[in-house]
Amino acid sequence: MTTEEIIQPQNKVYSRPRLLDERDTHYCPGCSHGVVHKIIAELLDEMGLENKTVGVAPVGCAVFAYNYIDVDWVEAAHGRAPAVATAASRLNPQNLVFTYQGDGDLAAIGTAETIHAANRGENIAMIFINNGIYGMTGGQMAPTTLLGMKTATTPYGRTAELNGYPLPISNILATLDGTCYVTRQAVHTPAAVRKTKAAIKKAFENALAKRGTSVVEVVSTCNSGWKLSPAKSNEWMVEHMFEKYPLGDLKTPSEEPKN
Amino acid sequence: MAKVHGAVVIDGKRCKGCDLCVVACPTDVLLLQPKEVNDRGYHYAYAANPDKCIGCAACATVCPDACIEVYRVVERPA
Ligand SMILES: Cc1ncc(C[n+]2csc(CCOP(=O)(O)OP(=O)(O)O)c2C)c(N)n1
Ligand code: SF4
Ligand code: SF4
Ligand code: SF4
Repeated sequence: MTTEEIIQPQNKVYSRPRLLDERDTHYCPGCSHGVVHKIIAELLDEMGLENKTVGVAPVGCAVFAYNYIDVDWVEAAHGRAPAVATAASRLNPQNLVFTYQGDGDLAAIGTAETIHAANRGENIAMIFINNGIYGMTGGQMAPTTLLGMKTATTPYGRTAELNGYPLPISNILATLDGTCYVTRQAVHTPAAVRKTKAAIKKAFENALAKRGTSVVEVVSTCNSGWKLSPAKSNEWMVEHMFEKYPLGDLKTPSEEPKN
Repeated sequence: MAKVHGAVVIDGKRCKGCDLCVVACPTDVLLLQPKEVNDRGYHYAYAANPDKCIGCAACATVCPDACIEVYRVVERPA
């Protein structure tokens, strides 16, 4: 069989998601943000949610997420996405409202908004990109930075004495009565990408069914901040990040709507 | 036995040469251009061994820039 015979419309099994904008992203080569954007674009199309979704974009490398996934968005001030999402979902409860946030946004400057939105059980999905560093501003330590990890502000490695311990914020969120679903996933292999897609789908379904707050943490790489190649970053993540941030469900939903 | 044929179309203009598809491919189909670069200076990915492709879409699934289209044909013996 020739390549020309194989490359026919009826044989297509994978293509660029329709809701992903045509423009190129500003992300560094190999950045996990792009993979998660792709998953979200696929799901919103497959679930028929194109015209009833409001995304809330963060401050951080994903600040331009609204340019890349072709649904309605609001851009929140740094860390305030869960507060903005609260308003968006309460005012138009028929819509799917989700936040997309990095670890600096969700677990540092926005800790209060994150915890209180989750504790109120807002009917939103929070997509949490944990790359253990502040990517956008040049690789400073984040609350999630591992002990011993070198960053621009911990040039000799993070120490508990000076910097405190890595913050497993998803574990904290799982203890709150307002959350219905908290899971930790990754996107470093095709199988992991499929699992993350299933998790985000569940989070979107929970938000629509008013089951409370869902959190999908995606343990991610920031190869520029980590100063490794994209492939080496994935290896480093598996070896180091997964020990502190093991993959799997931290809390799963009951089928009944909460309110 | 059924024979699986695959093929990929890579958007070399959009590709950032991150190498993740090359690593993900189970049958060593893909490579980065060793010398040539695209408009933005990236050594873009290409199918160096197209005959080995099984259309599994591993490459496309992990591509952060959604550059890869995958085609697959399963040929069953008559
Ligand atoms: C009020 C305010 N404080 C600080 C900053 C600087 N700043 C921009 S992005 C960022 C952290 C981003 O890190 P993260 O949320 O982990 O996202 P990433 O870039 O890694 O995806 C900081 C501190 C800002 N823009 N606004
Ligand atoms: S700095 Fe890090 S998080 Fe930001 S785009 Fe580059 S790799 Fe991604
Ligand atoms: S579809 Fe599968 S076999 Fe073909 S290039 Fe991609 S990863 Fe390799
Ligand atoms: S994964 Fe995508 S961006 Fe990276 S080298 Fe392959 S085609 Fe290019």
